[in-house]
Amino acid sequence: MGTAAVLAIEEGALISRLENAKQSSQTTSGELILDFSAVHRIDAAGLHALEDFARFARDKRLKVILRGIHVDLYKALKLIGVTDQFSFVD
Amino acid sequence: MIATETVKELPTPTPVPEPLSPERIDYLEGLIRRSRTAAAVFSQFTQQEVDCIVKPMVLRGLEQAQHLARLAVEETRLGVLEDKVIKNMVATEFAYNYVKDKRTVGVIREFRDRNLAEIAEPIGVLFSLLPITNPTSTVLFKCIIAIKTRNAVIFSPHPRSWRCCHEAIEIMYQAALRHGAPEGVFSCVESPTLADNAYIMKHKAVGLIDATGGPGVVKAAYSSGKPALGVGPGNTPVYLEKSADLNAAVVDIIISKTFDNGTICASEQTVVIDDEIYDAVVKKFEELGAYICNERETHLLEKTVIDPQTGFMQPMAVGQKAIDIARFVGLPVKPDTKLIVAPIRGVGREHPLSVEKLFPVLAVYRAKTADEALRICVDVNYAGGLGHTAVIFSRNDEVIRKFGVAINTGRIIVNSPGAIGALGGVYNDLVPTFSFGCGTGGGNSTTDNVNIYHYLNIKRLARRTQNHMWFRVPNQIYFNMNAVENLRQFPSQCTVIVTNPALEQMGHVDIVRRHLCPKTHIHVSIIPDAEPEPQVIQQGVEALNFYKADQIIALGGGSIIDAAKIMKLKYESPDADLGELAAPFLDLRKRVVEYPSGKPAKARLIAIPTTSGTGSEVTPFAVLTDKDRGCKVTLADYSLTPEVAIVDPQFVMSMPKGLTADTGIDCLTHAFEAGVSNYASPYTDSNAMQAIRLVFKYLPIAYEKPEDEEARSMMHNAACIAAMAFSNASVGVNHALAHAFGARFHVSHGRANALMLPHVIAYNAAVPAKFMPSPYTQGYVAHKKYATVADLLGLGGQTVEEKVALLIVATEKLLDRLELPRSIAALGISRDEFEKAVPEMTEIAFNDPSWRSNPRMPLISELTELFWKAYEGRGAFRIVPSPETQAV
Repeated sequence: MGTAAVLAIEEGALISRLENAKQSSQTTSGELILDFSAVHRIDAAGLHALEDFARFARDKRLKVILRGIHVDLYKALKLIGVTDQFSFVD
Repeated sequence: MIATETVKELPTPTPVPEPLSPERIDYLEGLIRRSRTAAAVFSQFTQQEVDCIVKPMVLRGLEQAQHLARLAVEETRLGVLEDKVIKNMVATEFAYNYVKDKRTVGVIREFRDRNLAEIAEPIGVLFSLLPITNPTSTVLFKCIIAIKTRNAVIFSPHPRSWRCCHEAIEIMYQAALRHGAPEGVFSCVESPTLADNAYIMKHKAVGLIDATGGPGVVKAAYSSGKPALGVGPGNTPVYLEKSADLNAAVVDIIISKTFDNGTICASEQTVVIDDEIYDAVVKKFEELGAYICNERETHLLEKTVIDPQTGFMQPMAVGQKAIDIARFVGLPVKPDTKLIVAPIRGVGREHPLSVEKLFPVLAVYRAKTADEALRICVDVNYAGGLGHTAVIFSRNDEVIRKFGVAINTGRIIVNSPGAIGALGGVYNDLVPTFSFGCGTGGGNSTTDNVNIYHYLNIKRLARRTQNHMWFRVPNQIYFNMNAVENLRQFPSQCTVIVTNPALEQMGHVDIVRRHLCPKTHIHVSIIPDAEPEPQVIQQGVEALNFYKADQIIALGGGSIIDAAKIMKLKYESPDADLGELAAPFLDLRKRVVEYPSGKPAKARLIAIPTTSGTGSEVTPFAVLTDKDRGCKVTLADYSLTPEVAIVDPQFVMSMPKGLTADTGIDCLTHAFEAGVSNYASPYTDSNAMQAIRLVFKYLPIAYEKPEDEEARSMMHNAACIAAMAFSNASVGVNHALAHAFGARFHVSHGRANALMLPHVIAYNAAVPAKFMPSPYTQGYVAHKKYATVADLLGLGGQTVEEKVALLIVATEKLLDRLELPRSIAALGISRDEFEKAVPEMTEIAFNDPSWRSNPRMPLISELTELFWKAYEGRGAFRIVPSPETQAV
């Protein structure tokens, strides 16, 4: 975890940040931390983007860790069935 | 005009769906995925956000009511435009009126006095099947309650109402989207087929199916294996009873039966009319625009509108005007005929018009008596309308109640139109709906008008309740030497003294007699046996009745005092069934039997103990020996507690040494068990601890120097104080073991307790194999409480474990000093004999209610093990170290 890249996700900027992450993580190590502590709500586009990012990470063998995710948001991810594709830390 | 297309809501054999193509599966998966994402987004919404979406949707629905009604009539060719407009308005305005102030997000209801809260959890994705008869109104209603409850819905309209439903869904969706609802919250299956429906119904992402439609649709929903809300078929019976307002009733029936040409499944089908008013009612129907068929016309009508093969209505007639149906049949009706009324003579296949008819044809039946009327209504109810709706017109409340009890329908509409009445909110306070739950009679899971609460998983947050506890003892306890003198302050016309022969010979009765009020008439009731029996009780009660006693003095040990308690109970409540009152219970406040209460007390009970052990003078218990049945019956109720206890040591100064030791250890066991009981409280703890301290200090002295007044007095007090503790905290496993062993081998109760005591302390102090559920305790504390006792006795030790061990050693030393047998083997009971008795004793001990308050739930194998430890005696126990080894 010590060498993993950390990417802070801002409310409303999830999709662009994930796109950026795709670009950068292609050339970085096998772990990426997405810091969700500033995100309180996720919309349909955001959920699609996360699903898409999970597929991308799986293909790239990139371990994605979501940090500081709020429980309401976690539950939304649970409802679309993607939580097993990420790791979670506080 | 008569519709010629088939209405597929009618009962038909379940068709086997065609297999779906891969492209179609992709399409359906896309719909479901979109809905699931919408539901996930929606799950994050607040109540305020939800409510901000609902209101504009409702306004938009009201705005579009006429447009949608017109579309529905044009497409389905069923019903009446004007009525469909009203349905659309009811579906929006009335639904909103019901839901607007209801909480559907987060905590939706709180019951503070019960420490309960209800929390809403959305279902997620619903699959909703839509009908042909009420298409757009059903869409409007379901969209509103789905948004209010944060659910996404996939709609599948009936093929013959698809366009109008699709338009209604789109209008609702756009309104919701504009005000913040998640994208994809509503969707509509394009050209739905049975195979599509079957696929979606079984999909794991779909949480609930809401099937509004015919029996085929409902059956498919319930057969899918998914939770489903389904609407059953109707066949509404109406009882028009002779006390009714006839004019109002006939108008209401016409309103309802002609509303949207009778397409609402709650509408009236057969009106059962009392003989006395039949002609007047029929005439009134005719005056108000109904055509009354003669017998030949009725026969013609039934052949046309009812399928002779299936016995169900012909689809072509559904939702058509009366005039069109009449013309098709060939009835000579006037152009303004609203309704066709057909008299029938019974219910069932021989009377085809007695079934559901979703068009303006109404069957009527002349009932000779009120009982016949109810029977015919029940017949109609059972002829396809179970669980749905029934109607009664009457001014007689008793008749209305009787009808309500007899009829099995989810809605029983009184003095109002059935169809609109059942929708709720217009004529009554039923919950507005467009889905009628029909209970098990209709193959449904609910009889409710389906509403927001059926679209939610309602979670109950049950906080731990702080159960009320109690500490109840006699309000007057007199103690120390010559406390008996206090008898003088209790006025009495007639006092009965209950005692035994030995105490009378010892002069104890005379002492009591001397201290009673001078003018008191005194009768002495001698109980020869050691334990109270029903016959002795009966004799005592007879004496109380004969002397009209206003005071009972129980002078003796526990048995005498128990006998007096039961005599008083039977004296004041002769009908009390002692066998029933002794029924087992788990919680005193919730037990099944109720003791007599509220009766004025006929006699005051004063208990004067002559032993220092049982403490019966302050307990709510009484043990009765039933020799006929060969068992002991324990009664427990605070009403049994004596009003006054006089704890005077002069009555125990001559107690023999053995009895002093046995009763003293009984007292100590009461205190130990109450001290670690799950019912223990600070009130009982103080008594239990003090009693233990007194016993350890004074019991050896009272035993070794029986004449020591202080020791006798303190032991007498200790017994009473310990009894106050166990009266309120109960006892434990030690008593359960002692009861079983003592009864089997005729060993006195105190001595049997003594044989178990060190082993039970070790047992309770160890980590339980099984914890005892108890709302009264927080965590496991028995070992700590024993350690507290050790501290109180100044036994030393650093850790809890050490202190418990020292307490056990101190207890053993006390038993040794009292020269009590330290093992069952020492009583001369052979190993073989004991071994044979153990299984039965174990069973009896396990059935003994005493251990229910024990801190550790005894396993049957543990009871057996404890018996064997008691058999072996000293050193047989071993303390299992507790995980908590810290000092108290």
